Amino acid sequence: MADENEEQQTKGLSRRQFLKNSGYVVGGAVGGGLLGGVFTQNFIGTTDAPDTATEGDTTSPEQLTHARMFFKRQEDFDVLSAAVERIFPDDETGPGAISLGVPYFIDKQLAGEYGFNSREYMQGPFFEGAPTQGPQSGMLRRGIFLGGVRTIQNIAQNEHGESYFDLEPEVQDEILEAFEDGEVDMTGVASDEFFAMLRTATIEGAYSDPVYGGNYNMDGWRQIQYPGSQMAYTDVVAEEEFVEMDPVSLHDHHE
Amino acid sequence: MATELPRKEAVVVGVGWAGGIIASELAKDGIEVMGLERGAERTIDDFIMQKDELRYAVRYDLMQDLSKETLTFRNDRDMRALPMRQLGSFLLGTDLGGAGVHWNGMCPRFLPYDFEIRSQTIDRYGEDKIPEDMPLQDWGISYEDMEEHFAHFDETIGTSGEDNEMSAPRSTEYPTPPMVETPAIRLFKEASSELGLHPYQGPSANLSEAYTNPDGQTIQQCQYCSFCERFGCDYQAKSDPIITVIPTAKETGNFELRTHANVRSISYDGERTDGVYFIDMLTGEEFFQPADIVILTSYVMNNSRLLLQSEIGTPYDPDTQTGVIGKNYCYQIQTSVQGFFDRQFNMYAGAGALVGHVDDYNGDNFDHSDLDFLHGGAIRLMQTGIRPINTNPVPPGTKQWGSEFKEANAHYLFRTLSIGAEGASMPHVNNYLDLDPTYTDSLGDPLLRMTYNFTEQDRNLAAYQTERMQEIMEEMGANDIVANPDIGDYNIRPYQSTHNTGGVIMGGDPDTSAVNNYLQMWDCENLFVVGASAFAHNSGNNPTPTVGALSYRAAEGIKQYYENPGPLA
Ligand SMILES: Cc1cc2nc3c(=O)[nH]c(=O)nc-3n(C[C@H](O)[C@H](O)[C@H](O)COP(=O)(O)OP(=O)(O)OC[C@H]3O[C@@H](n4cnc5c(N)ncnc54)[C@H](O)[C@@H]3O)c2cc1C
Ligand code: SF4
Repeated sequence: MADENEEQQTKGLSRRQFLKNSGYVVGGAVGGGLLGGVFTQNFIGTTDAPDTATEGDTTSPEQLTHARMFFKRQEDFDVLSAAVERIFPDDETGPGAISLGVPYFIDKQLAGEYGFNSREYMQGPFFEGAPTQGPQSGMLRRGIFLGGVRTIQNIAQNEHGESYFDLEPEVQDEILEAFEDGEVDMTGVASDEFFAMLRTATIEGAYSDPVYGGNYNMDGWRQIQYPGSQMAYTDVVAEEEFVEMDPVSLHDHHE
Repeated sequence: MATELPRKEAVVVGVGWAGGIIASELAKDGIEVMGLERGAERTIDDFIMQKDELRYAVRYDLMQDLSKETLTFRNDRDMRALPMRQLGSFLLGTDLGGAGVHWNGMCPRFLPYDFEIRSQTIDRYGEDKIPEDMPLQDWGISYEDMEEHFAHFDETIGTSGEDNEMSAPRSTEYPTPPMVETPAIRLFKEASSELGLHPYQGPSANLSEAYTNPDGQTIQQCQYCSFCERFGCDYQAKSDPIITVIPTAKETGNFELRTHANVRSISYDGERTDGVYFIDMLTGEEFFQPADIVILTSYVMNNSRLLLQSEIGTPYDPDTQTGVIGKNYCYQIQTSVQGFFDRQFNMYAGAGALVGHVDDYNGDNFDHSDLDFLHGGAIRLMQTGIRPINTNPVPPGTKQWGSEFKEANAHYLFRTLSIGAEGASMPHVNNYLDLDPTYTDSLGDPLLRMTYNFTEQDRNLAAYQTERMQEIMEEMGANDIVANPDIGDYNIRPYQSTHNTGGVIMGGDPDTSAVNNYLQMWDCENLFVVGASAFAHNSGNNPTPTVGALSYRAAEGIKQYYENPGPLA
């Protein structure tokens, strides 16, 4: 069985290590999806899984949550990852979207209520409204995001002959700017609306509690000196000097 | 066929602040009350994991589920009204305690001027000062008559505050001292004083110290945890209905609560009501709850909607400007000025109602002879506590993403202060509520339709307030100041405030108002409609103390009605 075989081979190895060992063999046990995934992981430079091949499971609980619940195709997820990394890049201020787990955050959000717009009014008839009337799309967010990343990829391939995640950062930014300016044709939603959603979701992933799979290690909060969900500020609220503290998360509120 | 339930003396529709107050007062008096709440049961135990910005502030965990019920909106009658598909502008409550659980707790009273706004405007400036398209009305009661009810509300919630010569006079002391003064609030107060204004620490339902109210309910001391506005308080330190009036009602043994009970209509024979029809939202079963008296406390939106749907009272007609149900829907005008500073402030700490407050430009506290608007509003520096998803202050011209954004956001997050104004909202003949002809809720009933836009009056007031706030911000020493005096058209999308008012307004005349000053319907004497729906216009202060005071007033009326049925006014 191919699956069993794959499982056996990868057990206890990081996927990068596994690929090294297997000498980038394509076909057989190593499916194209797996290979593609590893390539882009390397490109993005975030495969910080343990490199040593040890017996037993050394994966941390956080790493175990790094798997996809919504995006089926690796390519879609890689486009998403590259795009959110441009919105929230790794730089002198601190870690970027990918190191913070933002793509996984977005994936998990789209898999649930948020992706299904489940607490919003979705009954027809649908009409285009004035900007003051708020969103009127009949499309679910999961559909908008999927359409969005595929449109990004199409532009990259049609206009630059490469995948979005292989383009230079400046070119990636240009493509995102076209979305931001509302210049791209999309189904069911204006491209500036999609860009605003993508930007907001990125910020949510960087700054929400780590329980949602982003803001890894609370590093999103650390880079802005946000102390997270402390129980009380009775002692600091009237202080003249700025008080910095190590952030705490919902995990600390949990028995 | 609806299943008929055992008769009750009184039924309360919607159990938030208004419903909780009515229920507790009647139940204490020995009246058997049934409380019907469309949402779920809710207790303090629900808030252990509440310090979660994404769940509560961004994804609206405590607010109305719009997939079941929303409203439609248009700016004017030439537009097609479309559903508010996502929450934004205001955050409607649901579940036990209503929006009173996720409110901030700012507790300023309305001004004496508010209750007699028409008479006082005419007295001071002459009748011509009131534009023809502004149906400005007195409320049929004076502040003097309301004061004891305001005091009652303050005692129940334990308001923390300090006196000020510009705010409404009080017969009693604040039950608890003001909240702490933070460096940012001090800077605001000092700058305002420098300009000759009268700043003070805003009245708050986040209590400065533990307090036990006359009903025996205890509210704890606020920890300035900053997960307050849009959250339920895990400390029991923010007064809300589920820790005050609802337990009080329950303890009498005369109050029965039924949750997931969504009221669809009020039974009405043209003169009186005999009870209400509701659906159990868990099972889909339909029930009839008979009652001697019905009290609608289902917030501004459903108070109007249930009356329109049950055909009680005459719907407002904007063409003829007759009829009363849906009339004088008002909101508020929110403007703000941002200042960027060199120093950092501990703005991650705060509380829902931690504010420096200035009333010098509120109500008729300043001369309007040469101004092109009436009323005004509170000007404040609020320290509600910065949370990072919803607050990303960057100077104008900064790119909204990428490294430039990241760096500016990290630098300015705690170096930005904001002053806000809560502008009063005067009624306009074209701003009103009625039933939507197209869209329905999950039960198939028509949605409420809101027709609303900002008026000339609103735009002029906003521009004026912005200039005043700019003066204060300059005095505070900000390096860069961002102000936008132009409010444009009303937009249902960005959060503004959950200070919606009107639709079932009170007054002294059945031709121009729906309820009398006990909030008893002119057209149905055993039906009381309680809440901010009764406001004939909206003031420049937060609504809930006035909602609370009117609820105590209505409860008094209902008790009198029990003794002596008939019109109370
Ligand atoms: C984020 C936020 C901050 C706020 N901050 C402040 C503040 O600082 N100061 C201030 O004064 N005010 C504030 N408010 C406003 C304040 O919350 C409201 O004025 C107050 O809660 C109104 O009380 P109410 O009882 O009239 O209505 P609600 O609290 O809305 O209660 C109405 C109840 O009726 C129920 N209901 C509705 N329809 C039906 C039906 N058909 N059948 C059965 N039940 C029904 C609802 O589920 C709800 O529980 C704030 C509001 C929000 C959302
Ligand atoms: S700020 Fe105070 S009142 Fe508000 S939630 Fe925190 S402890 Fe409660």
